[in-house]
Amino acid sequence: MSDVCIVGAGIHPFGRTEGRDGMDQGIFAVRQALADSGIEWKDVQFAFGGSAASGSADNMVSQLGLTGIQFINVSNGCATGGSALNAAVSAIKSGEYEMGMAVGFDKHPRGAFNADPSAYGLPNWYGEAGYMLTVQFFGAKIMRYLHEHDISRETLGRVAEKAFRNGVKTDHAWRRSEVDLDTIMNAPMICDPLTKYMFCSPAEGAVALILASEKKARELGVPIIRLKSSVMRTRPAGSFEVFAASIDNERGGTATGIASKAAFEQAGMGPEDIDIAQLQDTESGAEIMHMAENGFCKPGEQEQWLLEGRSEIDGQLPINTDGGCLACGEPIGASGLRQVYENVVQLRGSAGARQVPGDPKTAYTQVYGAPGVSAVTILQR
Amino acid sequence: MSAQPIADNLFTEDMNALIGARNKETGQIFFPLPLNPAGNIEPIALATRGTVWTYTVQRFPPKPPYIGPTDPEKFKPYVVAYVSLPGQTMVESRLTGIEPDDVKIGMEVEFTVIPLDPDAPPEEQLLIHAFKPVAGE
Repeated sequence: MSDVCIVGAGIHPFGRTEGRDGMDQGIFAVRQALADSGIEWKDVQFAFGGSAASGSADNMVSQLGLTGIQFINVSNGCATGGSALNAAVSAIKSGEYEMGMAVGFDKHPRGAFNADPSAYGLPNWYGEAGYMLTVQFFGAKIMRYLHEHDISRETLGRVAEKAFRNGVKTDHAWRRSEVDLDTIMNAPMICDPLTKYMFCSPAEGAVALILASEKKARELGVPIIRLKSSVMRTRPAGSFEVFAASIDNERGGTATGIASKAAFEQAGMGPEDIDIAQLQDTESGAEIMHMAENGFCKPGEQEQWLLEGRSEIDGQLPINTDGGCLACGEPIGASGLRQVYENVVQLRGSAGARQVPGDPKTAYTQVYGAPGVSAVTILQR
Repeated sequence: MSAQPIADNLFTEDMNALIGARNKETGQIFFPLPLNPAGNIEPIALATRGTVWTYTVQRFPPKPPYIGPTDPEKFKPYVVAYVSLPGQTMVESRLTGIEPDDVKIGMEVEFTVIPLDPDAPPEEQLLIHAFKPVAGE
């Protein structure tokens, strides 16, 4: 079967843009993606899109053009972008369409995401007594992981330090200045063992990708990036997810572990074949856990990786080359697509100061979110 | 009126244990008991002793729906742990009677109840669940 290809990519810078709502940032990204692929809106046959807080994506047609296309809204938490991409790929693979779009955008207010217990099937006391905070989950989860695999807290700091260092070189990043390890380690603790600089913040931004069949991509004559895998999975029994008043004593796998395995199988590749990876880094600990959950190292090896710079831009496997969520912030609907955008830019060799050397040919993304969803893609040039 | 539990069906009547839920078909035990339990779910008193599986510390005053003390001057960081109850489940719970920096994974703890706001007048106090270090450990 022929591959689905990414023929255009557009991004609205992440961070804070006063006076421009989330959907307008989405429109900005779509127009950039159309220009990038050299097509017009009327050439787009279908779209999947979503945002968590900025309205229904299908309303974008009122600005982009009332061409009557199929436009399906996707709402899948942090995996919204990944799910939109996944659905778009299937639509082309099925043979029904030749060219379409996946888009994600968002604009969140400042501060941690507020959550309502009843939306998670929890009683009110859970929120009233002070458990309804995502940051507690992240702290508790990585606290156990560090303990089990004998990883130092400083490793968490090194992940953040790398993120900000890469963010300096990234046009679309929000945080554009370096933060040294001492500052990161000595910053106010949010939820132990995670300090202020180890968390990403809710933010704004948008990404649009134009996808086409291989035949259509060749007709366009643009650089072809093949989507070898696009997989979305939900959690298995015994996973450890946010807002859990109890978890089973018997521990199990993870949504990411399942998605990663399926993605590698689909691509006929293994972790050793990957040249660049963008991994969900809601906080420093997530990047550490995801390095192992995606098969790039064994649990416990992360400390050595970070110490030796193996995940730096010039390392053996560059991870989060645009600074990830830590430097870009997290607009929920757009976050997973940002990872894919970054890989497209890297594989085209047009990433400028943050370009991964050595002519990379394969690139991996993994997004993870509540309540235990994960989406993985593998791109190949 | 004296201090009241923060919610119904959270504690056993004698306030000596948490009420969990047991799936009669699979044997899985979890917490809390759902507000409208399905037919295959039965209430069960949870064990009162366990070990700390993991923990974190809430270092800043939460926003609503939290209703405990939030005055930044008076807010006291609190420990949130998962306490493994042998043969049952791991319960998310505050730890009490220990400074955050002294908590250790694997330490033995036992069930207790604490007021959500220790500074509130006794008759207005809402009781929440917690675990405290086992004396002599």
